[in-house]
Parts: sequence; C-alpha cells; structure tokens
Amino acid sequence: MTRNFAAWPIILLLTVLSLPLFVMYLFLLVDTFSNTAPGSLLPNEFTLEHWRFLIDPAITGDIWKPTLTTILFAASMMIIVVSVSATAGYALSRLALPFRRFVLSGIMVMHAFPSVTLIIGVFLVLQFAGLYNSLIGVILVKASLMLPFGIWIMKGFYDAVPWEIEMAGVQDGASRFTVWRRIILPQVKPGLLSLALFAFIDGWSEYMLPRILAPSSDFEVLSMYLNTVSDPNSSTYNFNIFKSVGLFYTLPVLALFVLFQNRLMNIFGGGTKG
Amino acid sequence: MQISINNFTKTFDTTTVIDDMNLTIRDGEMLALLGPSGCGKSTTLFTISGIHRMDKGQLMFGDRDVSGLPSQKRNVGVVFQNYALYPHMNVFENIAFPLTVRKDNKADIDREVRAIAALTHISELLERRPGQLSGGQQQRVALARALVRKPDVLLLDEPLANLDAKLRLEMRSEIRRIQLETGITAVLVTHDQVEAMSMCDRIAIMKKGEIVQIDTPADMYSNPRTSFVAGFLGNPPISFLSGIAMENSFSVAPIKLRVPLGAYDGIADGTQLKLGVRPEHFGPEGDIPVEGKIAFAETQGRENLYDVALADGSVLRSIQPAGRNWALGDAVRWFIDSKSAFVFSDDGRRL
Repeated sequence: MTRNFAAWPIILLLTVLSLPLFVMYLFLLVDTFSNTAPGSLLPNEFTLEHWRFLIDPAITGDIWKPTLTTILFAASMMIIVVSVSATAGYALSRLALPFRRFVLSGIMVMHAFPSVTLIIGVFLVLQFAGLYNSLIGVILVKASLMLPFGIWIMKGFYDAVPWEIEMAGVQDGASRFTVWRRIILPQVKPGLLSLALFAFIDGWSEYMLPRILAPSSDFEVLSMYLNTVSDPNSSTYNFNIFKSVGLFYTLPVLALFVLFQNRLMNIFGGGTKG
Repeated sequence: MQISINNFTKTFDTTTVIDDMNLTIRDGEMLALLGPSGCGKSTTLFTISGIHRMDKGQLMFGDRDVSGLPSQKRNVGVVFQNYALYPHMNVFENIAFPLTVRKDNKADIDREVRAIAALTHISELLERRPGQLSGGQQQRVALARALVRKPDVLLLDEPLANLDAKLRLEMRSEIRRIQLETGITAVLVTHDQVEAMSMCDRIAIMKKGEIVQIDTPADMYSNPRTSFVAGFLGNPPISFLSGIAMENSFSVAPIKLRVPLGAYDGIADGTQLKLGVRPEHFGPEGDIPVEGKIAFAETQGRENLYDVALADGSVLRSIQPAGRNWALGDAVRWFIDSKSAFVFSDDGRRL
C-alpha cells in the first residue's frame, strides 16, 4: 500500500491523547504487585499480598462464589440472547410474519430506548411474578434488554445469506427447519459467535440490574462484590486490594477480547463469506 | 415425465404477471422459456418448482396433480443462476444433501453421489469447497446436486449467465449432453436466444406473461408468427422496413421499393405493413434491388456485418462472407431475397 500522508504525526497525536489512559492502566497493574511509600510516586517494594484475597476469604470475603455467580449469570443470559436472537432474527428476515414492519420498528425503538427508564416497570413486573430478588429474574431482565440488539444484529446476518441457498435447500427436499439448522445457521455462525461474546461481556460487567432488582438476595455478582470492597467507610479499605480485585474482574473480558477480537469486529461488518 | 401447466394465472400484489397460460413439456424434452426480462419466464419456472404458488390453474407431473404440493414434495431439481451451493459443505456433502435429507443409507448415498459425479465429470473435486471451484465447476456441482435424486423435471434458471464466453460454450454442450444421457425432462429459462436455440428441443417465446409461439428452434427461425419472435431470434437481428400495401406488393414509396406479396394477396391497398429481412437475405444477390450506403461495417473474421442506410433513413442489416470487403460510406446496390422476407401487419402479426 502506498501512503499518501506521513504516519508519524498521527501516531504522535494518538500517543499524546492516550497517554493518560495508558499511565492509569499501567499503575493499576503495577500497584497490584507493589507497595508505595506514602508521599512517593514510584513503588518501592514488590509484593503479592494484594492478591491474597484470592485464597484468604478473611480479607474481602470469598471471591470465588461471586465469580461463579457472575459466570452463571453471564452464561445463562448469553444462552437466552443467542438462542432467541438466532430464531427471531431468522423469522424477521425470512418468514412472512403478520405485523413484520411493526415488529421491526418496535425492535429499533427498543434498541434505542435507555433501559434505565424501564426500571420501575420492570420492578413491578418482577414483583408481580415473584422473581424479585432472584437471580433468574435478573437474568431474564438483562437478557430481554439485550434482545433487541441481538435480534437486529442476527437479522442483518440472515439478510446477507443469499435467498437461493435457502430455496435450493427446500428444493432438495428439506423442511424449513432442516434448512435453517443445516444450511442457514452455519452461514451466520460468525454472527452468532460475536453476539455470544458481546452478550457474555455485557452480562459480566452488569452492575445496575442486580443491584436494583436483587438488593437483599443471597447472591452477589462480581460488580457488586467490587462495590463492597471499594466502600471507603469500611475499616479494611485498601486501595491496592481494590485495584487487584478490579483487575481480577477485568481479566476475563480482556482475555476474551484478545482471543476473539477479529470475530467481534465481524459484528460490524456483517455478511457471509462465500 | 410430461409436465403440463393448465390455465395458469399468477398475480403479485395487484399486477398480473401471467394470465391464463397453457404449456405442455413433453417427456424427455428440453424446453426453453425465452423472453426479455420481466416476461414471466422465471415466474413460470419457480411455479413449476413450487417456490411460487399458482393463483389459478393446475400443474400436472404426468398424471399427478401437484398444484397444491410444497416444493419438498415435488421432486424437482433446480439449478439456480448463482448455483446456490452450500458454502460450508464440500462438493460431496453438497451433492449428498438431498439424499441425506431423505435419510438414505450411507452406502447408497456414496454410490449415487459418485455415479452422478462421474456423469458430470467432477469426480476429482469431491473434497473441495465451493469457494475453491471455478464457475464452470460450480455449475457442474449444482447440476449434480439437482440430478442426484432423479427428479421428475430439471429446471435451469439462466444457468450460463454467470460464466465467461468460453465456459459458456463448453457448459452449453455439457448441459445438453447430461440432459440427453439422463433422459430427464428439462426446462431452461434464458434471455439469450443462442442458448435457447442451441440447447433445446423446443422454444417457448414469452412476452408480457404470454407464450407468443412455441416451436422447434429451426421452425421458429424460419417461420416466426410475429415480428416480436422474428426480432428476438437471430444474431445479428432481423431488420424491419415500414411501408404500405400497394397492388399486392409491399411498397415503400420514397425509395421506390416494391416487394411482391405473392401469397399474401387480398390485403387492402394502403394498409400499413412491416417487412422483416434477415441479414443473410440481403446482399449482392437476390431479386429486389435496393440502393443505399454502408453506414456501419464490422469485421468478425469469417464474415462481415454491414448496416446499409437507405435513402429514406431506414436501415437494413447484412451479413456477408469475408473476402469482398466494402468500406464505410460505399454506395451499394444490393438485393432483398423476397421469398425469404417476412411481411407483418402493423401490430406485428405475420401475414
């Protein structure tokens, strides 16, 4: 590729702009492994004591239970979002549904709607259904709030699958369901994968919904756990431990992103590769 | 298997695409549905396949009425214009798909797929993915997949449109060979008259949802029923002159052209007529002299094409063997072969 402008001014600009962020992340990492004398800027000793919360529940409370709860929360939400989006997106893309246009625009509106404003209604519904203060309730709410996005994305992927491939399947004697499962679904696999990742990461970082919809329950997700650790009024408040827990909480997301970033980018590209 | 379409009507929303059409495709024949885009030929094809439902009418496969059956139960093989191969399956799996859906046992599937792959000359490609195949190979795979479960009828939707010129020639004869070897009844949809004429036993020319004429390629070429049919077949195409009937002749007064109508007598003087002259029936030999100027000349190697502009501005096309060459602007006195010219009424009917 030939360059029609020099690269270094852009790199310089980007460096200057992202330097504060970079420094912050660097210190987040460094501080979790070191101690700094009061008043000093640079750390003076290496230590693993801030990571002791991993094995010693006495410091901040058991971390593994909230971790498992968060995995359960994010995974169940992911399964709901992916399976509903995979089917609903297909229906909206291919089947002659009554009120199709209305449903489509409804999904768009839902997608653009700030979910916080729904919280009172959601609260009432959960209360009525007896799911208030339960993990299932929060999962259902979180999943349904993500569904408009998921369905819309999946519809886009289905739209990109050539019509003839589907007709060829039908012509070959397969039922619509077989065609969907054996022919169409493999074509939208990149979309499903990236949607699954998005859903998982979204669920992983959710704080507000569990906080509001299950405040007094006996389960705790990592974001809530982090909140209790960071409580400045508690006597055990320790900035470095808070950073360690925070890093621990971020690591899976970072790992997923590094592993699957190509697939995640796919969601914005859309389409099948013939 | 003989396919018959009786009183078929198809409407999309409020537009009637096909109105009361009747068509019979004989057992083992290859029939072309030929026409300009939007004439309803693909609609007819997809109605036979079951993708479109008939609004009115009846579709018979042999003695079986399949009008109400969904595509899955019709046993029809379709080759789509873009082949519609399943990109995530290899060639073997693609061809085997119709059989696996039917839940045939593994050994049978393997045997059938290999037999049909041998017939279509793709035996060595079975492990490849569609993305690794050339256009012609994809075409063969699509054919094999359509044929593997021995359908009652094979439908081809513009099968050569996506191929380059050389492959098109090759696949033209290949499709015909495979059709003849399997003896399957086939319907080919195309807008290319050369394809239709070279591959098919009979051609049905369609215009605005109606079949204008259905005939063998040779008969249709030498005996077109309307000026539309005459204009659609033949490359370079036929040229038309406008004139009037005068004393049992076709007459263009400004250039003093008179072509005797012979068998067509009884036409009132002054009736508006059109004369169709194919390029091979206009040249240095013939019986009706016409004077004009070469307005366009094109060398094609074996033969040359000329447009001859007449004094009144109308143009006659001519095709002449290479050798004796005329140049642009040359004045020529050439002849129309009056026995081979077609006379049409003003609305296009052949007289």
